[in-house]
Parts: sequence; structure tokens; C-alpha cells
Amino acid sequence: MAMSSGQSIRDLIKEKKAKNSSGRLVEKAVPVILLLTAIVSVLTTLGILYTLIVETVIFFSQVPFMEFITKTEWLPFASGDENKVYGISALVSGTLLVTVIATIVAVPFGLGAAIYLSEYASDRVRRIVKPILEILAGIPTIVYGFFALTFVTPLLQKLIPDLPFFNALSPGIVVGIMIIPMIASLSDDAMSSVPNAIREGALAMGATKFELAIKIILPAAISGIVASFVLGISRAIGETMIVTLAGGSNPNFTFNPTETIQTMTSYIVQASTGDAGFGTTQYYSIYAVGMTLFVFTLIMNILAQYISRRFREEY
Amino acid sequence: MKLVDQAQVEKKMGSRLINNQIFKTIFLIATLFSLVVLGILMYRIFTQGYEFLSADFFNNFASRRPSNAGIKAAFIGTLWVMGVTIPVALIFGVGTAIYLEEYAKKNKFTRFIQMNISNLAGVPSIVFGLLGLTIFVRYFELGRSIMAAGFTMALLILPVIVVASQESIRAVPGQLREASFGMGATKWQTIYRVVLPTAIPGILTGSILAFSRAVGETAPLIVVGAFAYVNYLPDGLLSTFTVMPIQIYNWASRPQTDFHDLAAAGIIILFIILIVMNTVAVLIRNKFSKRY
Repeated sequence: MAMSSGQSIRDLIKEKKAKNSSGRLVEKAVPVILLLTAIVSVLTTLGILYTLIVETVIFFSQVPFMEFITKTEWLPFASGDENKVYGISALVSGTLLVTVIATIVAVPFGLGAAIYLSEYASDRVRRIVKPILEILAGIPTIVYGFFALTFVTPLLQKLIPDLPFFNALSPGIVVGIMIIPMIASLSDDAMSSVPNAIREGALAMGATKFELAIKIILPAAISGIVASFVLGISRAIGETMIVTLAGGSNPNFTFNPTETIQTMTSYIVQASTGDAGFGTTQYYSIYAVGMTLFVFTLIMNILAQYISRRFREEY
Repeated sequence: MKLVDQAQVEKKMGSRLINNQIFKTIFLIATLFSLVVLGILMYRIFTQGYEFLSADFFNNFASRRPSNAGIKAAFIGTLWVMGVTIPVALIFGVGTAIYLEEYAKKNKFTRFIQMNISNLAGVPSIVFGLLGLTIFVRYFELGRSIMAAGFTMALLILPVIVVASQESIRAVPGQLREASFGMGATKWQTIYRVVLPTAIPGILTGSILAFSRAVGETAPLIVVGAFAYVNYLPDGLLSTFTVMPIQIYNWASRPQTDFHDLAAAGIIILFIILIVMNTVAVLIRNKFSKRY
């Protein structure tokens, strides 16, 4: 620091002290400000819970809880109050139908791709395939919905002649395709983290790569793999645009994949695009449905965390 | 005593090797399946949409006649919403990450925040829409506006940005911090002048990927109340609006195939935006990735 001739040492000390005290203020203020930003994420969770609970309580003051869980019809827009029925199982069955189809598609392809990438593929192939899977994972769901509606549905209609235009099969398959990259990449991570010494041991004993993958690596990485399935299922339950575009809007208590259905998410979309005015029972019903959806996905996410913690093999 | 029966092993060897080959092929097919689907999807969308791509498509507003319809209002609307989302998400996301990595003590409260963030990442996006509808649209009385949508989107991508920022702050080596402290720098000076500049490429890469998710996200904004038919440009943060994915949804959900082609054209534009954002993210990662 250059000392100007007119300034005495005392002035300099004073200046430095003043500077330090403002510096100290910053040092004290910054952690507080940063803590406040961190609180925002907690507030978000509280906001979600508060929103869902408050509006759902209002809904249940108008619709009996027993009707909500026991009736199998969901007719919020029927004319005449006495004809309106709010039985969530009609929407839950649609959601489960799509989720089951998606799982049937995603698990074999996702796991197969993961085994190939982690056990068979050369480094070069991995370097090409992994980014492509990332691209698939980054495609907006509205694009997948468009694909289901304009490509998969017409294709399925050729195979199954009396398939209605809106059905559970097409969005189910496409939701499955959507979650393949997620399952493949998480399972691949789980299998790749099994130490190489174990691989070398098995190969030295004369195991083929297939025996190595199925009998050694798969059991060793099973917690991560199952957790990836559960996370994929959770994503399928909450998926919205694909089922809204290709699944239809006919709440239908069925487990027949060739029927028109409605999922919890697509009901929320339908009701929010203008069919439910603020303050009506229909308006509050989207929160009751949202609450059900939230509980389903929360259980799946907690389950995934529990599995990956409880059954992890430590090396 | 023979431990291994040589003849037995040799007899089985052939079928074991064949099995290995068969399953290798099966696993390869499973891998190729995704790539083939991606190829079909891209091919379909480009062949359907390219003829609608023109200057008019960019300059026209929504219309009931497919030939006159354009994406201008939705494109500008997306820019406005992202204009709110990006700064809000960055400030709160990076702030949270700095707090958790540099300041927070390892206690229950910190673990709670951390657990809370990973749980938020698993909440379906449409539930964030319900949050936005009640809190921003109704309680804060922002209405069905750009601001309400931008805030909702920011909360949606917040967990992704926090996790990405945490990872890249954690990757800053301890020696850099110690060197800075050793030179007499305070904690905040160290964070601001040493840790953040080192971590910023990683933070940006992760954040841009989160923003590109926000650009394509549809469901929460439908709930918050983006309009499907907008033929004006937003004039402020409290203006009503539409965004590209919602315009695409609107076109795709109509029965006429001409509108489907329009939707495909919109998707091409959306893809171009996403490719540009992802390329920028990769470039940043490659240009600034230093090893210590």
C-alpha cells in the first residue's frame, strides 16, 4: 500500500479500521443471507404441503372422504350436483395401468442397456451411447406425447384394429421409452461401481461375461438397480403430458390397456385448462388429486432411498 | 481326487459360450432400441414440420388457420418466463449450495435441508404447478402472469441447480482455500474470489441443463395458467402469456393433421433452442475444465 506523504500513520490506521469493520459486517451478513436462500427450499416443501393440505381439506368438507376412496367413478363435470361422483380409484387405475405398461417396457430395455454398457461395451461405444441416452433423457415430455399421439397410436391401431384413438397402451409404451435412459444410466452407475477385482476374480475362475454379469455383478449392484426401477416408476406416476395427449380424458376404472382412460395428472391438466372455475368443488378436487399423486410419488421416492441404503453392498 | 471334471467342463463350454453370445446380442439390441426410437422420433418430426418452417412461422401469432399460424407469441413468452426463472433460480440455487458446502455445520438441520432438496427433486412437476397456482397466482395476487410462471419454474429446477453447484463447489481443492486463508483473506473473500471463480464452469454447466429442462416443461405452466391462444406480445412481468411447449400442446391436441404439422414445426424450434443450450453447456465444460 502506498503511503501518501500528507497522511500520518494514525490516519492510515483509522482508515484500515473503518475498512475492516465494514468487512466484518459483510463477513457476518453473508452467512445469514445464504442461510435465507437455503431456507427457500424448505419453504417450497412447506408450501407444497400447505397448499395441498389446505385445499384438500376444503374439498373433503364438500365431498365425503369415504366416497373419494370407495367409489369407482370420477364424474366431476356431470350435470346436476347429485350426479357428480368423486371416486379417485377411477383415476388411480388409469395411472397404475400406464405405470405398469411403462415398467414392462422400461425395465428389460433399461436393464439390458445397462448390462451391455457396463459389462460388454468398449470405452468407445460407451462414449458414443451415453451422450445419446442423455439426449433422450433431455427431450421434453410434450415431444414424447406428440410422438405417442402421431406415431405410436396409429402404429398400434394397425396391429390392434379396434383400438380407440385414445388408449392406455400407447402412452404407457412411450412413458416406458421415456424412463429407459434413467433406468439405464442409474443401473449402469450401480454396476460400474462394483470393483474390478471382483470381475477379474470371476473371469479368472472361467466365468463367461454373461455368467459374470448375471451371477456376480447383478446381485452385487441389486440395491442400486432396484432403486433405479422405483425411481423410474415414480417418474411414470407423475408423468403428465404424454398421458394427457395420448391417454384421453375418460376416467375409467379398468385394467384393460386398450381402453380410453384418464390419469391423475391428466385430470389436473383437464380441470386447470378452464373446466373448473375458482371456488367450485371441481377446483378443489385438483388439489385432492394432486395430494394423492404426491403421496404416491413420495412413498416411491422414500422406498428408493430406503432400498439403496438398506441393501447396499459395501466394498 | 479331481476337483474339476475336465470332460464335464469341456462338454458344457460350448453352450456356455453360445449363451454368452446370445445374451450379448440381446443386451446390444436393448441398447440399440433407444437409439432407434430416437432416430424415428427425430425423422418423423423433421419430415412433418419442415414445410411450416419459414419466416412467417416466426412472425405470425396463433391463428385458427394453420397456414397463418406462427409461434411468435410463444417464443417471446418463453424468453420472458426464462428471464424471470434464470436469475431467481441461480441466486437461490447457488446461494443454497454455498451455504451448505462452505458455512453449514454438519448437524441435523443441515441434513434436513439436504434431504429436503433431494426429496423435492422427486416431486412431480405438476404438483409444483399446484403450488404456483395457490401461492403465486392467488396469495401473492400475481395472477396468471409471467412472474408467477417464472417463480414456479425457478422452484421446480432449484434442486437440480443446488445439487450441480454443490458438486462443483466440493470439487474445488482444499489447498486453494488454505492458500487464500494463508494470504490473510477472510472466509467470504475466499469464497467470492477463489472458490466461486473455480467452481463457476461446473455451476453453469449444471444450471444450463436445468434451464433447458425448464424451457421444455409444460405441465406446471398449464396449471399456473398460461393461455393457449395468445395473439399479442407480453408487455411486462404481470402480463398473461403463453410458452412454446404449451403452444405445441395446443396444436398437437387438435384433430386436424395440419395442426399436427405445425406442432412438429414448433418442436423443431424447441429442439434448436435445446441444442444451442446444451452445446453451450458442453463448451463451457470443455473450455474451463481444469484439473488441480
